[in-house]
Amino acid sequence: MAFLEISQLQKHFGSHTAVHDFSISVEQGEFVTFLGPSGCGKTTILRMLAGFEAPSAGGIVFDGRDVTQVPTNRRNVGMVFQSYALFPNMTVAENIGFGLKVAGASQNDIAARVREMLKLIKLDALAERYPWQMSGGQQQRVALARAIANRPKVLLLDEPLSALDAKIRIALREEIRELQRELNITTVFVTHDQEEALSISDRIVVLNEGRVEQIGTPSEIYNFPRTRFVASFIGTLNQLGGTVVDTARGEIRVGEQLLVTSNPLDELSNGQACTLALRPEAVTLQGGGKGRNTVQAVVDDVSFLGSIVRVRSHLGSEVLSMDVFNDPNQKLPARGDTVQLSFAFENLLVLA
Amino acid sequence: MNNAPRESRLGAWIAMGLGTLYFLLPLIATFEFSLRMKRGEYSFEAYKVVFGDPLFQATFGYSIVMALATIAVGVLLVVPTAYWVHLRMPKLRPLVEFITLLPLVIPAIVIVFGYLRMYNSSSILPLTGSEHATDFLLVCSYVTLSLPYMYRSVDTGLRTIDVRTLTEAAEVLGARRATILLRVIFPNITSAILSGAFLTFAVVIGEFTMASLLDRPAFGPYLQLIGANRAYEPSALAVIAFLVTWASMGLINVFGRNSRRQPNR
Repeated sequence: MAFLEISQLQKHFGSHTAVHDFSISVEQGEFVTFLGPSGCGKTTILRMLAGFEAPSAGGIVFDGRDVTQVPTNRRNVGMVFQSYALFPNMTVAENIGFGLKVAGASQNDIAARVREMLKLIKLDALAERYPWQMSGGQQQRVALARAIANRPKVLLLDEPLSALDAKIRIALREEIRELQRELNITTVFVTHDQEEALSISDRIVVLNEGRVEQIGTPSEIYNFPRTRFVASFIGTLNQLGGTVVDTARGEIRVGEQLLVTSNPLDELSNGQACTLALRPEAVTLQGGGKGRNTVQAVVDDVSFLGSIVRVRSHLGSEVLSMDVFNDPNQKLPARGDTVQLSFAFENLLVLA
Repeated sequence: MNNAPRESRLGAWIAMGLGTLYFLLPLIATFEFSLRMKRGEYSFEAYKVVFGDPLFQATFGYSIVMALATIAVGVLLVVPTAYWVHLRMPKLRPLVEFITLLPLVIPAIVIVFGYLRMYNSSSILPLTGSEHATDFLLVCSYVTLSLPYMYRSVDTGLRTIDVRTLTEAAEVLGARRATILLRVIFPNITSAILSGAFLTFAVVIGEFTMASLLDRPAFGPYLQLIGANRAYEPSALAVIAFLVTWASMGLINVFGRNSRRQPNR
């Protein structure tokens, strides 16, 4: 049995269903991210795991114990909030030791554990500071230490990095991941930031309107999106309208050009309209080669994005973007140029 | 930089000056009169007489005790109520606010006559039958009277902290509601509670109607008694009462300033 079992969880608010039949098994020490836009139900599921919301149906099991009806203060979970939620009247040390104090631990045990946590988050010198005397990043690290000081069975993080600026966010998410690996705590992380999700998760659950769109590793989610929503939500994606020519040979007509995909077309039939997806980084300027499609396109725009240069072109009425690494020595096409673009058969995805 | 036309600034200063004079002149006159007990010279004789009066000491002491009891009961009643409304029943907030404002609308004399009717010696709960029971009744009436101020202060304090998230953070760490109230909520709204407490203190010290009709030896009835029978001492008492009220307001400001220096978020 998995360490965290969620079975057919549902949540209704009046006539509105926020979560439809959500199920997942999470192994001990696994880092799972719930990813989706605002209102997709990810935070609602997290709050049900914490016990702040009662499920309308379904069950939650932590380490073999059914906690569906157990009050929050008896579930032994740790939680990190977007707004840090540090107690303003307590110092850093008091905040971290709060859970242990409530549990009735001795002063010595509390002090030892607090010292251990402060060392873990590298804030030993700030033990006597108050939350309002620290930066956002420091506060969030204290919040994390407070959440794990009690040795929780499951660690829940509700968009903990959203209130921080970009550089701090990147540094802190790596710290969180490192800490989580070191302590081997089963973790559920909620975010709407796909880069965050892709960089630190063992698995990602993509949610939309209360339903699961796809569950998979970051690589699977990114490279093999199974639905139109996942494909368009994760990364940048070219979406091309086409017509199936031959399902057996994987041939699809896009405008005047015939393309081939090695991905199955079982659910489609000849002559049926379909949507194709193609990552911009899968497209190259070199034409031809075995197993590759080659198309002719006219360049509309070349945008410098820092480490990436995006070339936007059109073939017929379809727009196709290509991302190349920034190389000052590389000669890039100009606006209005006719270019040959190519991409592998397997990179041409067919969306449901 | 002040871009208002010169005429409107002058007008504002004149209005402020007139308002200040309107407020201060009677006070200055009262104070000056209170210094005239000894013929031909200014002295604090009236104040000496007042402070030396055993009845002043008894009634002032009694009112202080009543005020402290009112504050304690008020805090124990209002803080958990306001917390619960914030946390679980935010839609009920307008109704609760309306109820807490009722004492401002219903005259004190109506309230106290209601008490006399409900708790007189021939009722099921004869609270007017003994001194201590009447003291208890008086405290309850003071709690009602100070409810608008205490509730409003505490409610404002609760609005400055994220009650829900702090509660959830504490719950997830294993705390029960009582622990959350005592260790998380109360300490973070101390200045708001103190503001309500000082307002309550000021209200109770000078209250006359309820104490008089319940025949309790409070400061309000003493002020009225002295005012009806003496000349200079009532002025001294009026100045003392003003000073107590201003001290309470000053302390509210001090605690309010301290809370702004330490943001709760």
